[in-house]
Amino acid sequence: MNFWIVLTVNSVTFGGLLFLLASGFSLIFGLMRIPNLTHGSLFMLGAYVGGSIVIGLFGVKLNFWLAAVLASLTVAALGAVIERFLLRQLPGDQLAQVLVTLGISFMAADFCLMIWGGDPMSVATPEGLGGFARVGAAVFPMYRLAIIAIAVVVAVALWMLLDRTRLGAMIRAGVDDPDMARVVGIRVSQLFTIVFALGAGLAAFAGIIGGPILSVYPGLDQDMLPLALLVVIIGGAGSLLGSFVGSILVGFIYNFGQALLPELAYFVLFLPMLLVLLLRPQGLFGRHVP
Amino acid sequence: MIDIFTGGSKLRFIALAILLVALITLPFWVTGIYYINVGSQILFYAVFALGLNILVGYAGLVSLGHAGLFGISAYATGYMLQLGAGHGTAIAVALIIGVASMAVFAVLSLRSSGIGFIMITLALGQILWGLAYRWISVTGGDNGISVRGRPAPFGFSLSEPINFYYVSLIVFLVAVIMVAIFVRSPFGAALMGTRDQPRRMNALGYHVWMIRFYACLFSGLLTAVSGILFVYYTNFISPQTLALTSSAEVLLMVISGGPGTLLGPIVGATLVVIIKTVVSGFIERWNFLLGAIFVAIVILVPEGIVPGAIRLWGLITRKRAATPTASAATTERTP
Repeated sequence: MNFWIVLTVNSVTFGGLLFLLASGFSLIFGLMRIPNLTHGSLFMLGAYVGGSIVIGLFGVKLNFWLAAVLASLTVAALGAVIERFLLRQLPGDQLAQVLVTLGISFMAADFCLMIWGGDPMSVATPEGLGGFARVGAAVFPMYRLAIIAIAVVVAVALWMLLDRTRLGAMIRAGVDDPDMARVVGIRVSQLFTIVFALGAGLAAFAGIIGGPILSVYPGLDQDMLPLALLVVIIGGAGSLLGSFVGSILVGFIYNFGQALLPELAYFVLFLPMLLVLLLRPQGLFGRHVP
Repeated sequence: MIDIFTGGSKLRFIALAILLVALITLPFWVTGIYYINVGSQILFYAVFALGLNILVGYAGLVSLGHAGLFGISAYATGYMLQLGAGHGTAIAVALIIGVASMAVFAVLSLRSSGIGFIMITLALGQILWGLAYRWISVTGGDNGISVRGRPAPFGFSLSEPINFYYVSLIVFLVAVIMVAIFVRSPFGAALMGTRDQPRRMNALGYHVWMIRFYACLFSGLLTAVSGILFVYYTNFISPQTLALTSSAEVLLMVISGGPGTLLGPIVGATLVVIIKTVVSGFIERWNFLLGAIFVAIVILVPEGIVPGAIRLWGLITRKRAATPTASAATTERTP
């Protein structure tokens, strides 16, 4: 019984992390119509930068939460630079933009290998969250519950941003019909930079938050990117609700797959993708086929 | 037949004849087994790139999962040999599994074209990678599968580097001829039609999905063939071969050389293999360089090296002939 409860908590935790990663990916996809293949690298970069700040980087040594914020802001700035100076060179050419993000992801992966080496880096669980919570007979690690809480808070904040603010309305307009949005005076290209930076920052935040449970290692980017792709294929591009449902679903399938069929864990992920592509190609909550 | 390659031009005929003679005599004027092996690598990677180019160049469908297909054929060969099957059986099974996997890829990814196709093939390729990495009882996980010995058809042992080179060359030439015939055939024309004007092709009564599906199968066949040559060349297959980096490498071969041209993928494969071989002798940072070349080519020479060179050549010769009506716009980007 306890086994199943722990597995369920782990699945929801992983789903929460995936949501932080995939929501930005999905927003970028919805607005700019490109899958940002650097997203896994930004996740890994956030984890490395954040983890280094916790240990001490250039004399800067902060506690976990401040390090997470600083790393996210750094990577968000990097995302803005990538969008402004590289993707902006290829306006409207989505294929070329995808290939550029692919090229950057290799450079980023090799850069991390060069700086941080091949050994995994472990990130200490933040103070005060190392313990366990007891509910009846079941025992939950506090930190995993904290991740779930953070994911819910971020989800609500993103929903408020998209649904209740002027910027959110502009982003939604850009996702629905970029040409019409331009006609009514929205500077869609500026939105591209904002959304790209936001997505990059969220990915980096997911990376550092996930650090204590996943640890950070070379190849983490290529482990996470396909999961983000799957979330968007299943949930539908540009939909926040889709990212949420897709993330939880992928979190469950991935964790249960790993526990029950460890050899085929990656392959089991194929099944929901297969079903969605056959029955609902635009994704569960998507508006159009990418 | 020869016209397929030369377009009736005497100059191109001579150039091709020289190239062919150079390829056949390569083992005699290149000293050292090392360089002959590099030659074999270029040849089977060129077959791989020709296969991907069917989709990227002629169908306008960019696949980022081809390393998975390449690897699955290699794994099938290795696994069958491990089970004790003969080389003939292993190769036949690998070809069937390679093409069948491509069919599954195609059925799923042809639900969309453009960016959606990239995403789905990428996800499928990564799933095959995950399978190779985790399904340890079959694939050996990170340790991979070692293949002992190469086949010796009619007593012609492929364990000799020179013999392996010649077999690769024969396979390569057959692949080039197949692709050339394919491109000039009515089917090739229809495929390029679905790339440029899918809706019009549909209105004209062509079954766009089916045309793309057959193109995928042809691409899968060439990919499987090159995967089998690869596993016999290295005598080893591990999950690294299926990684996204490998898919990107072969895509770089296609887009750097020039998608939608016959010569482009061959030139691209030659360049990438040579750069990779030379560079990895000096520095460890191949992936960084791969990424940098990728970004540079996409931003600076988007049409690829071969069409770029043809355009430049056209500009130079036209200037001499003093005809100002330069039709350089014929090499428009395909995808």
